[in-house]
Parts: sequence; structure tokens; C-alpha cells
Amino acid sequence: MIPSLDELQAAFLKLTATTTPPQTGGEVQALPAEGQPAASPPPPSPVQVVDPKAKGYHLDVTVAPDQVVAAAQVADQFGFGMDTITGMDWMAVGQMEVVYDFFHPASVLHLVIRTRIPRDKPELPTIQGVFPGANWHERETHEFFGIKFLGHPDLTPLLLPEDADYHPLRKDFTGAA
Amino acid sequence: MQLSQNMITTGKTETGRETFVLNLGPQHPATHGVLRVKLEMDGEYVMRAEPVCGYIHRMHEKMGENRTYAQFLPNTSRIDYLSAMHYTHAFVGVVERAAGIEVPPRAEYIRVITSELNRISSHLVWFGAFLLDLGGFTPLLYAFDDREKIMDLLEGITGARLTYCYYRFGGLCNDVDEEFLTGTRAFVKHMRPRLEMYRKLVTDNIILRKRLEGIGPISAEMCRKYGATGPVIRGSGVPCDVRKVEPYSVYPELDFDIPHFPECDCMARYHVRMEEMEQSLRIIEQAVAKLPDGPYIAPKVPKAVKPPPGDYYYAVEAARGRFAVRIVSDGKEIPYRVKLRTPSFANLTLFGEASQGMLLPDALAVMGSLDLVIPDIDR
Repeated sequence: MIPSLDELQAAFLKLTATTTPPQTGGEVQALPAEGQPAASPPPPSPVQVVDPKAKGYHLDVTVAPDQVVAAAQVADQFGFGMDTITGMDWMAVGQMEVVYDFFHPASVLHLVIRTRIPRDKPELPTIQGVFPGANWHERETHEFFGIKFLGHPDLTPLLLPEDADYHPLRKDFTGAA
Repeated sequence: MQLSQNMITTGKTETGRETFVLNLGPQHPATHGVLRVKLEMDGEYVMRAEPVCGYIHRMHEKMGENRTYAQFLPNTSRIDYLSAMHYTHAFVGVVERAAGIEVPPRAEYIRVITSELNRISSHLVWFGAFLLDLGGFTPLLYAFDDREKIMDLLEGITGARLTYCYYRFGGLCNDVDEEFLTGTRAFVKHMRPRLEMYRKLVTDNIILRKRLEGIGPISAEMCRKYGATGPVIRGSGVPCDVRKVEPYSVYPELDFDIPHFPECDCMARYHVRMEEMEQSLRIIEQAVAKLPDGPYIAPKVPKAVKPPPGDYYYAVEAARGRFAVRIVSDGKEIPYRVKLRTPSFANLTLFGEASQGMLLPDALAVMGSLDLVIPDIDR
């Protein structure tokens, strides 16, 4: 199924309408600590159509952490393929961001789904039930950022040594830098 | 139940036969690098397979957060050392997109020519190594002979034989000379009959066909769910190629086809790569003929690039599939985050499922048909 941007936008607006926008509140701009960038300000709408020439993707969807599985299901229904999953550490505002990328095998559309979780309790559900390919991407995000994917069958380190107890892509990890 | 490396142990089959654990690698000729696979075997049959990665993990993403954009550029050519042009293309592409740098057309055409030459040289390594895995030694020597010609051409303009760092933000590090263009035209002339010879000697060989046809089915749905791209998804009948699906550079101005085969087996993935070399020759021929005059780098590209805050994404079709870079800028000289999405990593994730119930030599054929490059998985 080749989706149109409008259909996709409508489907995600329907999904995100049910909950309050995720925690990218006013404190985000208020707390840009020394040497740390301010997290990007909360988008006015959780579903944004962006200029692919300038950004490289078409639709930017922000969901609540407990909605990621439902959002992945919508992506699956529209025939998207698992591109990648990654994290981002917004240490200055005490948040972690998880970004899910989806490519489409038959259409130009590129979809980005993102969510924010508190940095002191980085937990959210796994989407590997919807996209089995997410298994390794989540495992990698877990070892690099310490983000826990609830329901994931095996969060042992994939690329780091098997006894690694550090998370190198956290901004406060400077040991090897 | 999902597979886990901790769960690969001896056990019993459904019929009560005892199974054993076979350790493949990390130093094994068939894995072409330091990849380790733990296999639970029922005789010669693979019951479960779990790849164990990370033996040459270098944490490129953290390195990206510690140096400027220009300083990180050479790193990108070390991720997949066989496909360095495509990887630097993605990184310069994302920085140009973020900083709003316009690239002159001559530079884009030369990028396409060098990228496609690199694709052929990468596929030639795969061709030789894959047949070596299957027990045929001779094709490797022929393939490396042809590849040498590409490496000489690229060495002449880039100074490197493998880890090219030829692209710069806004263009190239230097222009191509007449010698390169003449050499490239001669190479296209030389390569066409060679591909014909490969077809006669290898592709039509009954031993190869019996070895690959119907082996290692990977469905289009499985590719989509696992995120497998490149020749793997095109060998499942899906004409998914970033050059056509999400066009970049000057590929829309060139006429080429996306080879795809619906058989979903190792032979289909073999055919895709062989035909891709022909398509790359077509692209090179057109790009050399159309090569416009003009500057090879944009004027006034700042020494220290400082993209405006935000995140930017750029995908290219590397030899193994979709390679993408996401950078997050906070407006400084050093990126806040660099994410590298590599094709071999995603292609390997489906190996566990694809190899189930297969004879061990067939599982190795499937692994060869995925064309893994280990530093590309481990980064």
C-alpha cells in the first residue's frame, strides 16, 4: 500500500489526539545549562509535515512513550519498513529522546516518530512485536544510552563488551572521550 | 520465543535427538572479518543461529560528538571500507542539507561517477568472495584484476585506494583530470565484455545454479519488517533503491534501471548484484558524457561549518543497501549527535530467522549472499 502524506497525517493525528502531548513542557527552554544546548521547543502540533529538501524526512510525529507500539502499528499498516531506532540524551533538561525512523519500500515518504522519556527513569515499551528488526536497534539503544525497552527479550550488550555497565552515548560519559 | 545468545545451548530436537553447539568465528574465513555466529545444530542442520557482534566496534558515533564536522568526515569512509564513496556522500550530503550549501553540478556528476565506480569495485569483491565461499577459487582472481583497474583510477584522483575521502562540504577536494575521464571510458569498454564472460563462465554454471537456486528464501515482507535493504530486498522482488525511491544528487537526470528479481533466493540476490554492475556502467557512461564544466566546489564554504539547530537526515544507496546519517546540531561547530544507520547491521538481523532449518553450507551461502562487511555492522 502506497500511502499519501494526507492519509498518513490523518492517521497519526487520530492517534495522538487521545493523549496529552508528551513532556516537552515550558521547563525545556527554561533550563539550558552551561555548555548544554536547549532542547528544541515543543512542536505546536504532534504531527508535523516538514520540508524533505531541508530535513530529509516528510512527517515528524511526536507521541507519548506509551503510544510507540500503536504508532509503529500505524507505520506497519501503511507498509513502512524499519529503518532505524536511536536515542538522544538531552541532559540539560533531564530527558531522553527515542527516535524511530521508517522508510517506505515503494514511496518517497520517510517517517520519523519520536518520544521523550525522563532521564532518571528511561523506560518505554518495545516495538519488536510489530517490527522484529527493531530487536537489535533497541538493544543497541539500550547499551549506548541505558534506555530500557520493556518487554524486550534480550537486552544484553550487542556491540559493547558483554560485561559493559556504562552507556557511552550519554552526555555525562566522558571516560573514553 | 526470541533468540538470545544466552539461550544457544545443547538440547533435544522434537524427535528427541541430541543437538550440539557449533561456534563459527570470530576468526573464520566464511565470515570475512570478525563476526561470530553461535549455532545450535541438529547434525548438519541449523536449528538456531545467533550472530555475536562487536569485535571491532569503534564507537564512531561518540567520535562524531567530539570533533568538528570536517574532522569527522574521514571517519565515514572507514565504516564500510568497500563502499567509502557512498558513506562520505551521505555525510557531506547531510551537512550540506543542514548548512544550506549548494553543490555545483560538476561536483555532483563527479560524485555520481566515482560512487558508481566504487559500487562496481565493491560488487566485484563480493563476487569473488562469495564464489570463494561456495568453493570456486578462480573467479576471485578475475574479479580482483578488474577491481584493480578501478582502484588505480580512483587512486589517481583521490590519493587513496580504499578509504577515499574525496568529497568535501560543497563539492570535491580536487577536480578530475582528462586522464581519469579517458581511463573511465576505457574501463567501461573493458568491463562490458568481462561481465559477459562472468555470465558465461559463472552465472550459467550448473553447479552454481544448483547450489544457489531455491536456497535461503527471504520474503519481501521479511525484508520490510527487518529493514533489510539493497540487493537483499531487490532480490525479493521489490524495486527499492534510494537512488530512485528517495532521489538524491543528480541521479534523476540519468537513465538507469533498478534490477530486481522475485525469486527471493540466493540466486536472485546474485543476479541483482551482477545486473547492478551493468547499470552502474550505464550511469558512468552517461555521467561522463554529460559532465558539465564549472567549479568543482561551491565558493565560500566556511572552514568551520555551523548548521542551524535542528536534526537532519540523509540517505544514500550504498553497495550493501540504505546508508543514512542523522545529525543533530545545536548550532555549534561540533555535532550534538551523529547517528549512522548502516545496511549490513539491518541485513544481518534477519539471518537468525532466515537460516533456521537450513544445512550449514547453505546457511553460509545465505550469509555470503547478504554481503556483510563487519566494520559496517560494528561501526
